Amino acid sequence: MTDLVDSASTSESSTMTESTVPAISAGDGPLKMTTRNVDVFYGEKQAINGVSIDVTMDNVTAFIGPSGCGKSTFLRCLNRMNDTIPIAKVTGDITLEGEDIYAPKMDVVQLRARVGMVFQKPNPFPKSIYDNIAYGPRIHGLATSKDELDNIVETSLQRAGLWGEVQDRLQDSGTALSGGQQQRLCIARAIAVDPEVILMDEPCSALDPIATAKIEELIHELRGKYAIVIVTHNMQQAARVSQRTAFFHLGTLVEYGVTSDIFTNPTQEKTRDYITGRYG
Amino acid sequence: MNSTAAIVEARNPTDWQGDAMQKRIRKRYSAERRFKALGLGAIMLSAGFLAFLLIVMVGNGLRGFTQTELPVEIDFPAMTGGASASQFEGANGKANLRTLGVRDIVNASVEIQYGEKGRELFSAGGWQAVSTAIMSDPDVIETKTTLYLPVESEIDVAYKGDGNAFAEKKVAELGDKLSTGFNSNFLFNSDATDPMQVGIWGALKGSLITMFITLMIAFPIGVLSALYLEEYAPKNRYTDLIEVSINNLAAVPSIIFGLLGLAVFLNLFGLPRSAALVGGLTLALMTMPVIVISGRNAVKAVPPSIREAALGIGASQMQVVFHHVLPLALPGILTGTIIGMARALGETAPLLMIGMRAFIATPPGGIVEPSTVLPVQIFLWSDEVNRGFVEKTSAAIIVLLLFLLTMNALAIYLRNRFETRW
Repeated sequence: MTDLVDSASTSESSTMTESTVPAISAGDGPLKMTTRNVDVFYGEKQAINGVSIDVTMDNVTAFIGPSGCGKSTFLRCLNRMNDTIPIAKVTGDITLEGEDIYAPKMDVVQLRARVGMVFQKPNPFPKSIYDNIAYGPRIHGLATSKDELDNIVETSLQRAGLWGEVQDRLQDSGTALSGGQQQRLCIARAIAVDPEVILMDEPCSALDPIATAKIEELIHELRGKYAIVIVTHNMQQAARVSQRTAFFHLGTLVEYGVTSDIFTNPTQEKTRDYITGRYG
Repeated sequence: MNSTAAIVEARNPTDWQGDAMQKRIRKRYSAERRFKALGLGAIMLSAGFLAFLLIVMVGNGLRGFTQTELPVEIDFPAMTGGASASQFEGANGKANLRTLGVRDIVNASVEIQYGEKGRELFSAGGWQAVSTAIMSDPDVIETKTTLYLPVESEIDVAYKGDGNAFAEKKVAELGDKLSTGFNSNFLFNSDATDPMQVGIWGALKGSLITMFITLMIAFPIGVLSALYLEEYAPKNRYTDLIEVSINNLAAVPSIIFGLLGLAVFLNLFGLPRSAALVGGLTLALMTMPVIVISGRNAVKAVPPSIREAALGIGASQMQVVFHHVLPLALPGILTGTIIGMARALGETAPLLMIGMRAFIATPPGGIVEPSTVLPVQIFLWSDEVNRGFVEKTSAAIIVLLLFLLTMNALAIYLRNRFETRW
């Protein structure tokens, strides 16, 4: 096992990163985010080792891999959520629309409005459904009037497929909804500030199969309007919702390519082992 | 495989009905019962102490709210030479009353009815009740009227059933003439040398002002410190040091804060002695660590997912703190503040150090005027030789407890209000 790890982090990763980046081809839509040679350290420990990935507008990109492989850590680099962890250090280049998001002049607050995030556990604010959605537009001053704000709330809830279920009780607490509804509320909340990219960190891991199906359906509908990156440890889910899949193992990017290729014809032995359930 | 089977075979089934097992079970149940009885006993004991305390306090204290009175008939038209009611109305009323010489009128009336030594039966300041009566209803000045005036303290105590032999004799002589009335002095006067004339209002007002200053200083500074330490400060050796220092400060004996207040506010800043401002500042120093500690715990208890959610849609650190963390932590912060303020309200020692134990006969008119507070007033009265002060001390304790209850009730109301605010 140790031999495997060593070879992965030395020979393979350097060759792999170069071969995986050009996986973007014509018809994938405009490039939204790029990352080059990203390393993440938690104190002394290196959590991410030289990851280079491109995120395109028209595709849903899935990050898969066993627990602790760094996929969530890497996702959180994309909107600088790792800034909140004092010991985390990120090196390498990450760009959004060609802008370096780790540049000193980058406004983190604005970045997070452009790159929204949905978390593993549904985390609505303990406020009304309306206020949950309206919070983002309010702090960013996106609505100038009450009508405009109402409109944003309605369209966001509609896009998240929640409007029909909550339109009569917008003043009820967001925490009173079911788990699946809460997660869609969180997606609606992310949509409300009109982001360019939505990051989803295992959005269905706390949900039952029916709620999961609804979220997956929602991801399909949102595709194309927003660049979506989803972390999941459910491989079937990655196969169902994504067009591009990246397989992480022990902090390195093992393989990145078109989802159908990754699942039917992986080029790396480790990917094949993981997908066929040999470990993970 | 065979050996495992042999072991399973060899193992005897547990004999739940055997003597040894039955004895063990009985022992277990009796241990259970013993523990339950001990717990119940402990509760009963503390409830008993509390009940005893309350009964003694209320029993003694309620007498402090009453006074023993003797009727005095005053023939105002004859005594004043025909003063009219209109003289005592409006702006000049008080001045006219002063020139009238109410005291002499009362003394003369007392001598007519109770003889040469009649004045000794009455409280020295008792005539003031007549002034009050005229001010509240000037028409009495044109009539011959009977007013009830407070008796002298020893007789008062004796009539209430706890006096010395001499006073008891006086009470027996006066007999039916004595009656019990409500002691309005106690609610509206300040400290005095005569227990019949003392009141709690001065100390109560002093406590109110002091607590207000304490709250105004300790609450914002404590909450801001807690928020900064939890949400902004890096976790390193210096913040650890600060945390340890704050925890130690919360455990420092209160009299040391008094010394600090004396050294800093009086000697260094030259603020006036005995002032509510200095008392409030000193108690704020004492209360702040409690608020910081409870505030930090309350802030820490806010789930990180809420912070992440707010950060994730682009809220700034300050927006996260003020829109989400603080509202959710506020009930906890308020609980800590109640505890700190309750402790400050009952504090005597540090205030003695900054001169608030002075004899203050008028209620404070502002934050820099000499004042005293309820616990110090209780302490001072408990030290008095005159037996009339015993019931006043208990009555003051009742007022202090009521103040405390009101304050806590208000804080609990606020806490519940914030807890259900969505």
